[in-house]
Parts: sequence; structure tokens; C-alpha cells
Amino acid sequence: MMKTSRRAFIQNTAFITSVFSLGFDWFGAKASPMELANTLVDADRFNSFLSINSAGKIILYSPNPEIGQGIKTAFPIVVAEELDVNWKDVEVVQSNLDTVNFERQLTGGSGALKHSWDRLRKAGATARQMFVQAAAQQWNVDATLCSTKSGFVIGPNKGQKVAYASLVEAAKKLPIPKEVAYKNRKDYQIIGSFVKGVDNKNVLTGKPIFGIDYKKDGMVFAQIVRPASFGSTLKHFNADSVLKMPGIIEVVSFKNKVAIVGKSTWEIMQARKRLICEYDFPVTKESNQTHQQWFDEGMKSDKATVQRKDGDVNAAFAKASKIVEATYECPFLPHSPMEPMNFFADVREREAFLAGPTQVPQSAQKAVAALVGLPESAIQVELTKMGGGFGRRLSNDFALEAAELSKMIKKPVKVIWTREDDLTGGTYRPAAKYHFKAALDEKGNVTAYYLRGVGLNAGNSVRQDNFPVGAIENVLIESVNQISAITTGPWRAPITNFLAYAEQAFLDEVAEKSGKDPIQMRLDWLDRAKTNPVGKLTYEPDRFIAVIKEAAEKAQWKKKAGVKQGFSVYFSHFSYVAQIAEAKIKDGNPQVTHITAVTDCGEVINKSGATNQIYGAIVDGYGHAMFGNLEFVEGAPLQKNFNDYRLIRNNEIPSIDAYFIDNGISPTGLGEPALPPTGGAVANAMFAATGKRWYKQPFA
Amino acid sequence: MEKIELTVNQKKVSLDIDPNTPLLWVLREHLDLQGTKFGCGIAQCGACTVWLNGEPIRSCVMPVSSVKGSKITTIEGLDEQAKHPVQVAWDELDVPQCGYCQAGQIMTAAALLKNNPKPSDQQIVDGMSGNICRCGTYHRINKAVKRASEIAQNTSKKK
Repeated sequence: MMKTSRRAFIQNTAFITSVFSLGFDWFGAKASPMELANTLVDADRFNSFLSINSAGKIILYSPNPEIGQGIKTAFPIVVAEELDVNWKDVEVVQSNLDTVNFERQLTGGSGALKHSWDRLRKAGATARQMFVQAAAQQWNVDATLCSTKSGFVIGPNKGQKVAYASLVEAAKKLPIPKEVAYKNRKDYQIIGSFVKGVDNKNVLTGKPIFGIDYKKDGMVFAQIVRPASFGSTLKHFNADSVLKMPGIIEVVSFKNKVAIVGKSTWEIMQARKRLICEYDFPVTKESNQTHQQWFDEGMKSDKATVQRKDGDVNAAFAKASKIVEATYECPFLPHSPMEPMNFFADVREREAFLAGPTQVPQSAQKAVAALVGLPESAIQVELTKMGGGFGRRLSNDFALEAAELSKMIKKPVKVIWTREDDLTGGTYRPAAKYHFKAALDEKGNVTAYYLRGVGLNAGNSVRQDNFPVGAIENVLIESVNQISAITTGPWRAPITNFLAYAEQAFLDEVAEKSGKDPIQMRLDWLDRAKTNPVGKLTYEPDRFIAVIKEAAEKAQWKKKAGVKQGFSVYFSHFSYVAQIAEAKIKDGNPQVTHITAVTDCGEVINKSGATNQIYGAIVDGYGHAMFGNLEFVEGAPLQKNFNDYRLIRNNEIPSIDAYFIDNGISPTGLGEPALPPTGGAVANAMFAATGKRWYKQPFA
Repeated sequence: MEKIELTVNQKKVSLDIDPNTPLLWVLREHLDLQGTKFGCGIAQCGACTVWLNGEPIRSCVMPVSSVKGSKITTIEGLDEQAKHPVQVAWDELDVPQCGYCQAGQIMTAAALLKNNPKPSDQQIVDGMSGNICRCGTYHRINKAVKRASEIAQNTSKKK
């Protein structure tokens, strides 16, 4: 491998060049190969992540799809830091799907920085070291006596200062160092500072950067009519009067859908009202009542899957002096990102071109290849900025629709969903119901913890290793999955977006019934988990303890006169977030006024972006806990647009304080982890204010 | 089809178009001004906010026939160099996450400040509550409106 790249490296001066990649063997076991060989690329490219030319232009390539999580700014920050250049001298370019240069080019699971942290640092530090080496050779000095600053190498003797730009040619001829030193974090100039989004100017001036703005010569528009009720099949359709409408080009049908192709979105919207469709309905037209029945059956079922079992819960419950029980329930929820689903496809005989907002471009490539019968290598995917996603764009149904339609009509086509299509179109957060039971001994200590989750198309609706598991002697966690015709998918912090609320609200009730402080009870358990864990432990008790203590201090837990507080803490995506919500009574109703959040996500890369994620996740968690509701009648959602599906608005937010633990640990997830704890903190604060418990979302 | 003339971002345009076509789609698909966004189509989310003779409107429900001869301002017409106080404040406070709703937020905020150059916190919240931000950037939006108000006043003092 090294030999090939070395040769490729030397050939780099050729006009059409094979450029080496700094992105493979020296990544060691953490990386799979990222070989860049024999590909026609920019000769200034030093490696997958950066290129510098002799004019001093520095381009940093950001591979992951930008959905609002700020990855297009965060990734280059790390490279620029280790390269040791000024942030203002850097230009950031979004890479399209490039399976040769990049791995894990996706947005999901809050995993981008955790995965790429070492790769990004190495990409920057290796190039920096090569510039140092090149300068040292020119000056005939020992490289260890040289340092760098703001894109310059500085030598040991007076006046020795040279820009990276003038070292590009010399540096490229050097062997790639196997070992590179990283900056000491106390020397960070960019990492951890307030860095503004690299796309800000484009956003603020209305540049066409989103998928829905994508255009190509000869492109037609399309909308797709899908069955109104989940589970129904298209029996017959009549498009005669649709075809008579202005601007309509053709109407085709595939897979239970009818696609209306036309010259403009508005003309299609008008024509689609005239489409007549007849459907065959399933035996059960699902409604909320059906779902209640399925929850009840699941709760009584003797076929639950045991997800974790420690000790003997039955014996412990038999001996209990008190049992605390509670049941929590949440509805299906749409993701409703502001940019409706859309995708562009141009499928030709031997190649295909896709463009649009997807969180998983490589999956789109694979799925479209299989669908249209082309090799993956014949399918290019251009990444556009995404107007939110929250998990919705992990399902590539919209990309497949566009590709299938383009192949049928033999035209480049952009498929656009309306808001009604989006809210009624499925892949929702699954509805779920949870039953908890805790056994208390005479001193109020918890001796057993039981949870059963029943989800509708939720797969495993529990997370069996979640705290307080690991701190309780006897545990049984089980799940039941009920099959529904309503399609589901991952929704920001899948499963835990609701489960965390249920767990944290239940623990609050357990603390109340056992006469303990909810924070102290958790700290005692974490101490137990640390010193004498029960079974497998997936979290680090010390990091849990640190966010809890910091939150208690920042929010002055129970020390504020007249303020009612609720506590919640959660570990997900390798990060820890503690939250304290404050509530008061206004016009007879509880109102959440403030939330304090303390997060341990390891190293904070961008203070601005990270804070924005915390604010956003809390608003998201709070808004959906308060208002998110999708009801079903005859297999179809009752709420179809933002007039009846309520999203949180500007005048409904609590104030927020966001703090981070500064521990220098390698970065972990941030796009999701602050959402799960919010519902619990809110419900517990409202309980503190009213003495009433909330068991069902939405709360309002 | 009908011949309709209007002024968009200080440029006269002439269209031969179905007069019922909402202004949103005229801007996006006929005039290639795609900064104005489609969010809900029923005037609930504010992503499509533009100015009609200087006042904010929801372009997704405004038939182009009803804005004949009017002056329309879109995000592209606010300031191409992003020097409008609202754009400056939005950048300074790094408001956007995904950015999709921001054109509507900015057009709403800029109109609010035009009519009320020194809004109170409550007036800001009230004025901005018609625009949904699914990413939840509301805290920074409110701060940025306040900041934009300061920037505008400092600029006018200097003059």
C-alpha cells in the first residue's frame, strides 16, 4: 500500500496525476483504507481533506452531508487547527459522494466527529509536518527546532520565516511521515472558539444551496400521489382530466403511487386535485383506538423478548415493602424538517446522476443502482445542503422515487413533496408505551427495576443497558414489537427521544415515593455502579456524576426560593447531558420558564455550533413533548399541515443556559444527546410545580 | 394565461402566466429567485415571507394577479453583500442551523425593525412568532433582532 502511494505521490507533478492520499496506512487500526489512487483529481490536493497550492489557497474538503448540525464547519476546524493556519484563510468545499476518498460519508447517529477526530487531526498535522520538514531542509536546520504559526514555518535563526505556499512543491516531494505530533490542546487557536457557520453568507443572501433549489437543463418537475391510508393498495386511477390541465406532461404509476409530471410545481399542484384514485383497504384501518388495543395486548403478551436480566426480579418484588409503578405513552411523530422531501434524478442508459438532500448518500447510490440496474460506479451523487432532516432523510424513499420515475419517463426530474405529503407520508417516530415497576425495601432503597416497552414498528423499543441498570441488583428489561401498516424510521435520538423521558420521569417518581432527593438518589446509584457494578456497564459513572454535579451547581438545585425544579440526565451517543428545568404556575397552568443544560461531549470543536445544537435539541425535545401529536383515523393521519400539526414557536420557548464540561476527552456525539433528557426535566419540573405527573405525550 | 408586470428587487419583470399562480412559485420557478422557500403552502410557517411594497407577506398564498404593478423585495434584494443590519447581526450571532427558514425569518425581522426600530424583547418575540424554525434557533433569532436594532442605530448615528 505504501509503495503504491509513494509512487503515486512522485507522479503528482504530472499534468494528469495520481495523487497520493494521506488518508490510509498511518491511520492504523482505527481506519479502513482510504486510498486515493489513479484518480483524476486536483494536483494541489495534499490528501482527502485538504489542498494547498503555491498561491497559498487552502481548501478544506468537508465530506459529510450538512443538515444543520454544523459538520461542514466543524470538520475543517480540526484540520485547520492541526495544519496551523488562520481560519479566515481557509475555504471550505462540500465534497460530493466520494467513496474513494472518504469513509462514513453520512449524517446519523451523532457519530461524525467521534469517527473522524483522529483522521482530521492526522490530515492537518501530517501536512504541517511536511511543511516543517521542507523548510528545515531549505535552511539546513534540524526540523525539531522549527515551529509553525498561522500558515508559516518559523526557523531557529533570525529572519527564518516562510509561508506554506512557498513550500508546497518541496513538501509534496517528501516522504509521508509515519508518526505525527498533535498540538497540545492549550495551544488551540480555533478548536473550542466561536466559529461562525461557513455557509452563513449563502444562507443570509438566499443562494440556491438546498436540494429543493437544484436545477438542470431539461429538468421536469413531479409530485407523487401516495395512498392516503397506510396499508391500502392502488386499485385503479384515472388521470384523464389531469392530463388536460396546463403544464402537465405525463402521468405514470409505479408501486402503488401515481406520479404527475409537469413543467412547474404550481401547475402540478392544481392538476393533482383532479386525479381519481381507487384503493383496496386492508382489513384493519388503523386508528388511535387500534393502537391502544395493540399496546394493551403487548403489555399482556407472554412472548416478550428479554433484553436484559440481572438477578431475580420476581423474588425481589415478592419481598418488596413498596412497589412503584407507572406507564408512559407517546404517539407516532413526523420529522417535519422545514425543507420538504425532494430529490433530483437523471437516470440514463449507462449512468445516473442524483442530487439532493439525503443523510446517507452512499445508501442512495447502492439502492438506486439495484433499482435501475446500473453498477454503483455509474451513479454519481451530488450532496446539497439539507433543510433539516432529524432522521427523515435516512430513508431514501424519495431518492428511489425520483430515480424510478426518471428511468420511466427518460427525463431528468425533480420530485417535490408538499407539506401534506410529508406529514402524511410515514417513516414516523414509532408510537410506544412503557410500563415501569420498582421494588423498594423498608428503607426506600430500590431492590428491583422492571421495564417493558411495547412499540409499534419500533423494533427493540427499550435500551436495556440504560442507567440505572448496572446500579440495581435485580433487573428485567423486555420489549414487544407490534406490527403496524404505518411506516416508521429513526427520528432524532431514535427510541430514546421518548424512552429517556419515561425513564427519567419514572425515576423522579421513585425518588418521591422513597423520600429521596432525585439527584442524590442517582448519585448514590452511580457510586454503586462505579464501585460494584451489576452486570455489564456501558456508561462511565464518573462522567455521569460530573454533569449531574455541575448542573446542580449551575442551576442552584433546590436553592432558589420560589422556583420549582425538575431534574433529568441522560447518556446517549457517547455523550452525557444533565438538565434542570424550572416551572411556575401561570393562569393556573404550569409553565416551563428555564432549562439549564450541562453537557459532556468531550472536546467542544466549535463553541458556537455546539451551543446552537444544545439550544436546538432542547427546543426540539421540549416542543415535541409539549405539542407533538399525530392522530390516526381510518389508517390516515388526522393532522396534515402546520395549521393542525403543532410545532413549537418563538413565543413558546423557555430560556436556556448551556454549559460544557471541559475535559479534553476525544469528541463524542452532539446532534442528538441534548434532546432525550429534556422531556423528563420538563415533566419533573411541572410535577414540582403542580404535584401532578405527566404520563402521556404531548403534555399540552 | 395573463400578462402581469411587477417590480422585483427593483427590477421590472413581465410575465405571461396563470394569474392564480402564487407569488412564491413565480419567484422560484419563473424568476429563478430561489432564496424564498416553500415550507407549508398555507401561510403557517413563514418560510416564504417576502415584502409587498415594503410589508411582509406570505408569498405561498398570494396570487400573482393580486400583486400586479407592486414592488416585491425578496431575500436576494435585501443586500447581496449581506450588509443589511439584520444579515450582519444574523452572521455575528451565528443564528442559522440548517438555514432553510432563515430567509423568511430575516425578511420578517427586517420589516419589524423598519416599522419599530427599537423593539422591546416582547415585541420581538411577538413579531417573530409567525415564523417556524424546526431547528429551534429562536433564542439566537431574538438576540439577533435586538443586535440588528443596535447596529442600525449606530450606523444612523454615524451618518
